[in-house]
Amino acid sequence: MESLSNKKKVLEAKPLTLAEKAYLPAIVRGMGITLKHFFKKDVTIRYPEQKREFSENFRGMHSLKRDEQGRERCTACGLCALSCPAEAITMTAAERQPGEENLYREEKYAAVYEINMLRCIFCGLCEEACPKEAIYLDGDIVPSEFIRKDFIYGKDKLVEAPLNQ
Amino acid sequence: MSVKVTIDGISIEVEPGTTILNAARKIGGDIVPPAMCYYSKLEGSGGKCRTCLVKVSKGSEKDPRPMPKLVASCRTTVMDGMEVQNITSPEVIEARKGVVEMLLINHPLDCPICDQAGECHLQDLGYEHGAAKTRYEFDRRTFERIDIGDKIQLHMNRCILCYRCVFTADQITEQRVHGVLNRGDHAEISTYIQKAVDNDFSGNVIDVCPVGALTDKTFRFKNRVWFTKPVEAHRDCDHEKCNGKVTLWYKGEDVIRVTARKDVYGEVEEFICNTCRFDKKKTSDWVIEGPRKVSHKSVISANHYETMKPLPVVKQNPLLQEANKEQFERETRL
Repeated sequence: MESLSNKKKVLEAKPLTLAEKAYLPAIVRGMGITLKHFFKKDVTIRYPEQKREFSENFRGMHSLKRDEQGRERCTACGLCALSCPAEAITMTAAERQPGEENLYREEKYAAVYEINMLRCIFCGLCEEACPKEAIYLDGDIVPSEFIRKDFIYGKDKLVEAPLNQ
Repeated sequence: MSVKVTIDGISIEVEPGTTILNAARKIGGDIVPPAMCYYSKLEGSGGKCRTCLVKVSKGSEKDPRPMPKLVASCRTTVMDGMEVQNITSPEVIEARKGVVEMLLINHPLDCPICDQAGECHLQDLGYEHGAAKTRYEFDRRTFERIDIGDKIQLHMNRCILCYRCVFTADQITEQRVHGVLNRGDHAEISTYIQKAVDNDFSGNVIDVCPVGALTDKTFRFKNRVWFTKPVEAHRDCDHEKCNGKVTLWYKGEDVIRVTARKDVYGEVEEFICNTCRFDKKKTSDWVIEGPRKVSHKSVISANHYETMKPLPVVKQNPLLQEANKEQFERETRL
């Protein structure tokens, strides 16, 4: 019966010639291809030492921002935790004491602010919900860890470095 | 002898002397004008904030002329055959938007900090009318925050001068130590020379406050209301005037706040004493009645599930039903 596409190739298994039997030319040709790749541009990069450029709307690790005077912007209003579909964010608020005006912008601040990076789906809703422009997902890819506990990021990892450093 | 009043096309027979607002509340639903200062439990309240403005398009059966201006529905009594427009009148909506803007002139927009956020009437009103920006260019009036006693915090910045707390103090105590000082733009709620309010019912000023001006110091910055779980409870209170019916606000295992029970208009059903409100914060002090019903429109109901509703696939399969029996018998999700 004739095939529908007419693309069928009939292969004939011919006996190998002497040159083919020796395999050497085939090996040399294969090595040649390998050698050619030494002089070509790399397809891969050496992450994490080397990094590709991220897209402009890439969402990576969260960072808690500071304002122009280096005070923490977050007031622990809880809207990020409310909007979080994965329920990855928890926080505890505290009242700013007199003398701490240079540390926190508003009279309430987040004493504890934790994000569980295993739960986070990097949807960016927290960033959208924030009324104080305090949280942005502008960081890197979250690094890997060995134990689950280490994926709960506290304020030590999330808050931006102070201005004067 | 009753009079007939029509509000937004819905007729109702009410007692003569009823205010338009109360007639509307008898009908219920969307046509009830919002009220920031009127409080049905407080005598003499109302007529201050003007959020309850309505249009009277027909005065009465005898005198069918419309009223020349919008009237405050909490202060205007009904007449026989009166026709009132609330949400059906664009004029009223426009005027109410203006009132919200007026109320927000001196109100700081610190909802992220304020403990009242989530159950604040001014927040709801601002949201409903979409007035997110202010046209006011001058500085807002500011005050230092004041401690009224060790349990109540007064943020005068947030006060909209509704006088509810003053009426509460008037009604609940014989000697009031709390009132409004000065006039006009300088008016402020104050205890005279910051004297401590020591009455068994002083905590109720927290509940009647429509904004976050008077807040519970024991709950200050503890948590946001929408992360807490409201539960109805009661206890045998020793105080003869207090019946001990309250709402407990749980966070995990802990009672972090106790308030009086509020109805759909945000008004307390009965005033509770300070012992119930501030001192009884253990589950063992209370008899739990069950979870409080929260409107699904409220942010407090976010992430709270009222009952375990079986999925269609579970409903049809007796094996799965049997396996999930324990979960469905529970009234609330853990």
